[in-house]
Amino acid sequence: MNRTLLAVRRRLWQAIPIVLGIVVINFLLLNMAPGDLVDVMAAEEQINDPDVLAKLRADYGLDQLLHVQLALYVKNVVTLDLGWSYRHGQPVWDVIVERLPATLILMLTAMALALIIGVLAGVVASWKVNTLADNLISIVAIVFFAAPSFWIGLMMIVLFSVKLGWLPVSGMTTIGTDYGVFGVLWDVVRHLIMPALALGLFYAAIYARVMRASMLEVYGFDFIRTARAKGLSESRVAFKHVLRNALLPVLTLLGLQLGTMLAGSVVIESVFSWPGIGTLVFEAVLTRNFPLVMGVLLFGSILVVIANLAVDLIYMRLDPRIELR
Amino acid sequence: MGVLAAFWRRYRRNRAALIGLAIVVVVVIMAFSAPWLFPHDPLRIVGPSELWPMQDARFPLGTDSLGRDVAAGIFYGAGTTLLIGLVASLVATIIGVTIGALAGYYGGWWDDALMRFTEIFQTIPNLIFLLALVAVLGPTIENVVLGIGIISWTSIARLVRAEFMSLRDREFVLAGRAMGMSDLRLIATQILPNAIPPVIVLASLIVAGAVLFESALSFLGLSDPNIASWGRLIGEGRLLIRTSWYICAIPGVAILVTVLALNLIGDGLNDAFNPKLRNR
Repeated sequence: MNRTLLAVRRRLWQAIPIVLGIVVINFLLLNMAPGDLVDVMAAEEQINDPDVLAKLRADYGLDQLLHVQLALYVKNVVTLDLGWSYRHGQPVWDVIVERLPATLILMLTAMALALIIGVLAGVVASWKVNTLADNLISIVAIVFFAAPSFWIGLMMIVLFSVKLGWLPVSGMTTIGTDYGVFGVLWDVVRHLIMPALALGLFYAAIYARVMRASMLEVYGFDFIRTARAKGLSESRVAFKHVLRNALLPVLTLLGLQLGTMLAGSVVIESVFSWPGIGTLVFEAVLTRNFPLVMGVLLFGSILVVIANLAVDLIYMRLDPRIELR
Repeated sequence: MGVLAAFWRRYRRNRAALIGLAIVVVVVIMAFSAPWLFPHDPLRIVGPSELWPMQDARFPLGTDSLGRDVAAGIFYGAGTTLLIGLVASLVATIIGVTIGALAGYYGGWWDDALMRFTEIFQTIPNLIFLLALVAVLGPTIENVVLGIGIISWTSIARLVRAEFMSLRDREFVLAGRAMGMSDLRLIATQILPNAIPPVIVLASLIVAGAVLFESALSFLGLSDPNIASWGRLIGEGRLLIRTSWYICAIPGVAILVTVLALNLIGDGLNDAFNPKLRNR
């Protein structure tokens, strides 16, 4: 327990420069964006009195030198003030948090599906190495590794919604119906299947390939021979010894790809009109609502930092030899 | 010449890599023959809208929602796709090699700082970063290429750093140092050439990734509006997904096949550079 706490503390310290760096990049991008906050406000509120504008700029510190503005920005970010979204009439932070649950549901489901499908496929391929089943899994994996996720999503819509009529095309819930708790849950699940698969299959393909290679490698280690020699059943060897060790590379990848997956949900959410952060940032880019775009970028990055920490802790549990640097 | 021939012999042994190469050659030929086969602008309306493939001999792949020739879009898009993928990968390689070489060669404080810098770019959700970059800088083809390069270099930097760390204390480097070579010269003429093979493999895989990023960006309609691209065809066709789904399906297949071929080439290069690792 003590060891874990120490590791967490060290990891948190290491995360600080990264988060700071991300904040600086955000600030620079915001500054490079054409027009400042006051220009946006002026356009939305139709203010054109130069005195009022100058006063607003002074209020927001926009007339200060760049490094003073940066300090101000850092101070705001630390107090969770990411700016104001005029379009929503709400602070950026509130807008994002409101949309967060939908994205988390989509991402976690996609990740779970990717892990289950990928690990299963990789394990099967490693058991049947160099057979038809192995080759088939490899081929399917390289195809999904190369297909654009949004295109998979669209093709699933053609098949499962338009042709077969099994699944709803878009959104997260059916509007205007009352099914009770389980009905609503089922409704969300039906809306969730296609976007989660479209987002997850790419990662499932990666995990299948990595899992296969890593299973084959672990099977060659001495401790597996020891486990067999002491009379363990083949399935016990496979699950208790091989699988547990072979999962480590997959977990490493998962940690590295959380950010990519969050980003991938932008495209998937826009395909399926999923009401999450992805559609939010897409609309924000279209309407040139830069405080919101950068807010999402910063928020997403910090989410990834936190998730990476969680992955590290799982890693430590799976392999007690690993000390967090 | 002998080295190249030997390399080709080793590459040739991987049949999938040969297929990949053949596909990319076809895509390149498509790109170059586009202006000749389709003299009109691919973004121009040339016929009735929503003609299905094979319905009219003039439009073998049909027409889109506005009556533009899908085949012309695919042929012109081939050039855009490959060019953006290649140049973006080149940008990523230049950034990655520079940062990785400095971190690996100097080590210590430089290494710490540069690796933190790399971690920052690994943490930021890549596609959202790309959207923000292109939105801020403006949706021109140069900015799209630059943006994709900026989100793709981290893996190259890590690889080059590892290579440099393992090479920097070898005898031939020490010999070069004893001869009084400058750091820059040691990096560029002694260590880098030895670190190049894995970089080429990774760069070829980054081309594949860059093609996917470009297609996502133009699918969302946030890429350069004056250029025909496969992702854009899908994005514009998606409103008609219920009736004319071929408008989305055809360019998607083109992207899939091209990315697949690029990945196969990357695997083949890897095998050809490391013949001993082949049977893993």
